[in-house]
Amino acid sequence: MQSRNNLILIILIILVALATYIALPIDHPDWFKKLVAPHQEGPQALTLRLGLDLQGGTQIQLQPDLPEGQTATDEQLELARAIIERRVNGLGVSESLVQAGKDRIIVALPGVDDPDAAIETLRGTGQLEFVDLGSNPEGLTAGMKINTTNGPAEGAASDKVYPTIMTGDKLKNVDVRRDPNTQKPYIAFELTKEGSKIFGKYSGDNIGNYLAIVMDKTILSAPVIRAKITDAGIIEGDFTVDEAQNLAIQMKYGALPVPLDVVDVRTVGPSLGEDSVRRSLLAGTIGVIVVLLFMLAFYRLPGFLADLALLSFVSFNISLYKIIPVVLTLPGIAGLLLTTGTAVDANILIFERMREELRAGRSLPSAIEAGFSRAWTSILDSNLSTILTGLILLYFGSNFGASVVQGFAITLIIGVLVSMFTAVFATRTFMRFIIQYFADSLKNKLSWFSV
Amino acid sequence: MYDIIKHRRWYYIFSTVIIVPGILIMLYSMLTIGTPFRLSIDFTGGTMWELRFSQPIAPGDMVEFFHSQGISDANVHTIGDENTLVIRTKQIGPDEKLNLMAAMEKQFGEKPEELQFRAVGPTVGKEVTRTAFIAVIMASLVILGFIIWAFRQVDHPVRYGVSAIIAMIHDVLVASAFFSLMGFIAGWEVDALFLTALLTVIGFSVQDTIVVFDRIRENSRRRKGESFEVIANRSLLETMQRSIATQINAMFVMIALLLFGGVTIRQFIATMFIGMLSGTYSSIFIATPLLVSWHNHEGLFGWFHRGKKKQAKKTATA
Repeated sequence: MQSRNNLILIILIILVALATYIALPIDHPDWFKKLVAPHQEGPQALTLRLGLDLQGGTQIQLQPDLPEGQTATDEQLELARAIIERRVNGLGVSESLVQAGKDRIIVALPGVDDPDAAIETLRGTGQLEFVDLGSNPEGLTAGMKINTTNGPAEGAASDKVYPTIMTGDKLKNVDVRRDPNTQKPYIAFELTKEGSKIFGKYSGDNIGNYLAIVMDKTILSAPVIRAKITDAGIIEGDFTVDEAQNLAIQMKYGALPVPLDVVDVRTVGPSLGEDSVRRSLLAGTIGVIVVLLFMLAFYRLPGFLADLALLSFVSFNISLYKIIPVVLTLPGIAGLLLTTGTAVDANILIFERMREELRAGRSLPSAIEAGFSRAWTSILDSNLSTILTGLILLYFGSNFGASVVQGFAITLIIGVLVSMFTAVFATRTFMRFIIQYFADSLKNKLSWFSV
Repeated sequence: MYDIIKHRRWYYIFSTVIIVPGILIMLYSMLTIGTPFRLSIDFTGGTMWELRFSQPIAPGDMVEFFHSQGISDANVHTIGDENTLVIRTKQIGPDEKLNLMAAMEKQFGEKPEELQFRAVGPTVGKEVTRTAFIAVIMASLVILGFIIWAFRQVDHPVRYGVSAIIAMIHDVLVASAFFSLMGFIAGWEVDALFLTALLTVIGFSVQDTIVVFDRIRENSRRRKGESFEVIANRSLLETMQRSIATQINAMFVMIALLLFGGVTIRQFIATMFIGMLSGTYSSIFIATPLLVSWHNHEGLFGWFHRGKKKQAKKTATA
């Protein structure tokens, strides 16, 4: 039995060392990252992700804007999510997150404090059409809306319906470039093979006619076709660089299967975020230190061992956050600190039991064993009820974009599970180890166990 | 052995004295603003905007500005210092917001720093409310079922479940009353964090109660000769030290967070502080005495057992 305990102790020490290494705020070598968190890719792997309320940033909720009674199918929602995700990545926001909920898409943009531009880029349906305007553009210029054979437009400049030659899915590549002479930005595009065929024939037959390049029914540009265009062309207009880039992103990342409406926007300015982090970390550390001291003072030797177990507890939690990964929010931190309280509680239950057994006259080793086994039912039952509450919170939070609640629920559940683990394995193993080697000398020092 | 259970009627009275005013506050709130608490835009839908200017701006001026832009229901007050304003209105779409910001810049001569911006659609607000209700009720049912199952080997496991739930409701009412009161005093508003706090209070209240019940269960088995009242009392005393130690530890952390933590979680922590304090109190002074009262068929419980009163008296004096 004793040698088995030693084995467990060694395994435990290795696990704690590993967890502490992972939890440290350093950059780990790539091979290590792949080993420990193979499902995470990119430079963010194995880092502690901070939620928007800690970093500052914007969260946007989008909901399909369909007529009464219609709902988007799961495939449509997933496709929309993927397209939004590509657009978001195109914005170049690092550590952004796009998730699909039950009936909505949630976009988290850390570090973005001006959501308006981001929303414009994300929201547009991005439907691109190449439309035949015929030989006389009839006063239609950029900025006006027209009806096409692909669908009508609200507020169209004229009642005439123009034929759509080609849609944006035949685009292969879109780029923003600058005219070397005028420095004016323009958009260069490439067509797929199918697009080249269609466009080649059309442009060849219509030299001298007007072509409208239309985005969401609004004319971007209505140039004259000067020559046959097969696989590449350009769009010129009065764009600023930003406008050109936004347009290019919309064109590049395709048309949304359903139009999306913005239903919820929240931004936290970075100053609010940083301040919160600093203060909560400080507060948390103070709280934990006080708890460590209290345990030491109240329970003495076992209290010291419990403190070791507690520090392991914190390491395990943080390393789990990095591995899974869990996005840490302010309530998430609160959840961690509260479960630290639960972890302490488990230890207290055990020690109180031990004291009772010692007072009743049991020998030290058997008092320890009895303490653990008697306390276990209490620990199990009471922690299970907390886990159940956590699961309900998780369900509530993940279905309604209340990432606030979700973040708390996740750290709560993880924390309670880890606390049960450390109470049973860490504390007990430490105690058994101490007893094993110091049983005789401790027999007369019961005061160390605060009896 | 000190007898805690003996004074249970005083505990019931004490709790009533705390809760009844709380319920009155919530009723008063319902009459004056239509809901038991002040609601944040998480529940009502709308827009909340926190802007910092480089000089003090009178809220009245801002309200007038919004009037001039066609928004008549703007609610503006300062927060923190006089340069920072919190503006609440009905929902503003992204386009409208851009226009407003441009006009605001013109009117006040500067572009303010945007500390926070929240726009919640009305459907989101309604959904959150509905789900909140469901979550709380579901949590209660699940916990009730769990306790009945966990204590299935004791006599009348249902009593344990119901007593625990009553203690839990007690704690929820205390926390809610506290929040409602702070709504009047300090303008606190119910948001998703408040719900989180409530659900945490529920979880911990039950956790605490279970530890005591677990001890009662064990003592019922080990000391068959003793009356239930004595067993309950003994269990309370035995677990008292643990309950207090755990409560103190949790308090350390929460006090640290309250004093030093960020402003954004202050309401959350304060609500949980009150709730958990109530949780420890209710496990000791409400849940367990209720079990005893029920066992002895006293008071309300006695209504259903008029005939058995004589029997009950005998057991109580053992």
